[in-house]
Amino acid sequence: MYNLIIFFCLLALGYFSGNYFEQQHYKSIKRRERKTLSLPAVTFGAKKPIPEAEVAALFVGSVVISADYFKMFVYGLRNLVGGRVVVYESLLDRGRREALLRMKEQAITWGASTIVNVRLESSNIGRQAGNNKGMVAIEVIAYGTGIK
Amino acid sequence: MILTTLEGVPGKEIIEHFGLVQGSTIRAKHIGKDIMAGFKNIIGGELKGYTELLQEARQEAVERMVRQAAQLGANAVVNVRFATSSVAQGAAELFAYGTAVRVK
Repeated sequence: MYNLIIFFCLLALGYFSGNYFEQQHYKSIKRRERKTLSLPAVTFGAKKPIPEAEVAALFVGSVVISADYFKMFVYGLRNLVGGRVVVYESLLDRGRREALLRMKEQAITWGASTIVNVRLESSNIGRQAGNNKGMVAIEVIAYGTGIK
Repeated sequence: MILTTLEGVPGKEIIEHFGLVQGSTIRAKHIGKDIMAGFKNIIGGELKGYTELLQEARQEAVERMVRQAAQLGANAVVNVRFATSSVAQGAAELFAYGTAVRVK
């Protein structure tokens, strides 16, 4: 009985705080994305000569994100029937945009005109597949070459 | 030392290749951070402690790569790539590699 109460408390806490933080995060992402709109980040540039560039430097942005209790519970249910896991989609979306933003903000302070050959990567550093112990922690990194 | 993810360095010409250079480090999380992160895992959001830990570790991997390149006599590393993998429960490997070159 107590276990059940604790479970519902955690679920409610996860749902409300998770939702709150997600909305706050999306607000901040959208605001910063508008601010960094002037700096284009492109995925090409490796094999093409870039005549307009004189200086280049590497920029890396990274973030480790975790799911909340509610998301993990919904994922657990979703796992039974299969299909889209919407709760994790927004998580990864936030992480990726945050990593890109951090890279861009560094490049802007350096004075870059463009970031070329951007690469995105994500890896799981938390729980292993098939093991329900440990936490959900996903690292997303974005890196590219700033030129000016 | 110039680092780029491109096949060359813009505005400069590659005059010599030195081959692959790499740097890696394996870091474990410390228990205090793990407890905080466990709490964060209930309410969701960014795990700031881990982000810092991995950034530090990546910096070290890059430094090791740069040191290796400097030993070869290079002044730039091109086509740099990063990889992260979880090697055991609670430990992550940060890995950076690229091609050491001399540019003019």
